[in-house]
Amino acid sequence: MNEIMPGLALQKVDERIMTLNVGPQHPGSGHMRLIVQIDGDYIVACDPDPGYVHRGEEKMAEYRNYILNIPHLERPVIHDSCNVLYPYVLGVEEILGIEVPERAKYVRVIASELNRCIYIMYWLAIYGIFLGHSTMFMWPAGDRELLIDLMEKMTGARVTHAHFIPGGVRNDLPPNFEDVCLRHVNYFEKRIKEYSAVFYDNPILIARTKDTGVLSRQDAIRLGTTGSVLRASGVDYDLRKKEPYDVYDELDVHTNVMKEGDSYARSKIPWLDMLESCNIIRQALQKMPKSGSVRVKLKPNPKGKGLTSVYKRVESGRGSLGCYVVSDGKPEPYRLKLSVPSFRNLIALPYLLKGEKLGNMPSVYWSLNYWPVEADR
Amino acid sequence: MSSDSEKSVTDTQSEEKSTPAEKPAPKPVAKKPEEKPVELPAFEKGISDKIVEKFGDKVEVAFVKEDRVRINVSRENILDVAEFIRDGLNFDHVESVTGIDFPQDKEIEVVYHIGSYSDSSLARQILVLATRAQREENPIPGHDSTKLPTLRNIFYSVEFHEREIFEMLGVYFDGHPDNRRLLLPEDWADLPPLRKDFVLKGR
Repeated sequence: MNEIMPGLALQKVDERIMTLNVGPQHPGSGHMRLIVQIDGDYIVACDPDPGYVHRGEEKMAEYRNYILNIPHLERPVIHDSCNVLYPYVLGVEEILGIEVPERAKYVRVIASELNRCIYIMYWLAIYGIFLGHSTMFMWPAGDRELLIDLMEKMTGARVTHAHFIPGGVRNDLPPNFEDVCLRHVNYFEKRIKEYSAVFYDNPILIARTKDTGVLSRQDAIRLGTTGSVLRASGVDYDLRKKEPYDVYDELDVHTNVMKEGDSYARSKIPWLDMLESCNIIRQALQKMPKSGSVRVKLKPNPKGKGLTSVYKRVESGRGSLGCYVVSDGKPEPYRLKLSVPSFRNLIALPYLLKGEKLGNMPSVYWSLNYWPVEADR
Repeated sequence: MSSDSEKSVTDTQSEEKSTPAEKPAPKPVAKKPEEKPVELPAFEKGISDKIVEKFGDKVEVAFVKEDRVRINVSRENILDVAEFIRDGLNFDHVESVTGIDFPQDKEIEVVYHIGSYSDSSLARQILVLATRAQREENPIPGHDSTKLPTLRNIFYSVEFHEREIFEMLGVYFDGHPDNRRLLLPEDWADLPPLRKDFVLKGR
């Protein structure tokens, strides 16, 4: 073991080129380090170094049973906690052979769409402050409270809900929730439409993000990117439409696609997604059965039969989120893998930053809809 | 409350006792009865048939379910099969790469979940390609026989996933251009943490 390990070999750098460490505590990198090599003002190479918030979620999951895994598996993205749990819950339901009541499916869709908006608002707030646009930090951070209050009414917790469980959701909706939800969502929609005037039509934003970090359609596919990054590059792919889970096939889901593939398109797609989420929530509220059970009773230690595996995926706020559960017939999963969109989009970062100006780094980096904690798991 | 928890404790204990006897051959028993009585989905069957037609005995179709086809392949043939999946079947990106440790088989399984963006008829499909690497009792990551050929030259998107498998399970990917640590600290000198013999403290 005295020999130098493969991960420790030092890189030789040219005399002209300077190596710059961005992070891990820099507000422009967020719990991750970017080792950037610059030639004057231009980035020659970028080596992302994630792992500062690695918490071993996958290892922990092997020691806890299917129910105990719920609260800790939502920790990678607490703002989007329903969507992180969604593929896990779908996978466990298939392993245990559980049928979910119709009303629970609608409640899940509403919760996951609300969570998508909450996540995107947080992301948008940080994007605003990255570009020095303080109004765009204050507005989304404030308007996000509306939906957080709604989630609190629905689940009892403001951010970490642990609401989805195999077999449905933990609690039924509180009385009168439909009316309150509709009112909040309508106001929210009206409010986010105002963002286009202050942010998306703002000449400063356009100057800073148009034509920077362009990802072509072919490269977006080849690199295996997902979510808003993929759709901003002109690929029409949304799992809510392509592989509908729960009741998404009964709802009318529109996929937002832009062809430019630059930072501007990548920052606009999530905003369009929020408008679409409002539509989906209204449809779901209308079609939801007005009464009925929302969960199936589980045995104390539910377990699958024999060695089986299941891979489920959902469209989260950042893109397709997959969960691969391997069961060997015990109450704990034998292996659990979260295939997270942030980790999949990370591969595009060194690719996009090559040849870009150093000043454009924050806008390109955050436009990838990257959440460091989720990528590290 | 207390009686409930006692019950679950006894449940798990009896489970643990009974499993070693069942362990040796759960895999073939569980899979074969599933395949025969159920009518296989036609489109998915078409995908697996194309692969079997091309490679014959070299591949083993583990299951054909709705939207999911799983192919087991030995490490010698994985490059050929992966290339055919890309060029012949239009799958274009890897969504997820998972390493699973099987100490009792002395093997580590690496599972690729392959999807397609460019072919809209394949949008729902995930092709699961699995292979197994030899497992060493005392691993020296990168310097022992736990090796697999990399798929990075076929599917560019596996680059970071394979780096993660390397550090977490000690599977070295031959031909990978960038075999470095990704998530773990640079000075990590313990066992690869996702192996089953790396036990969490206090558990």
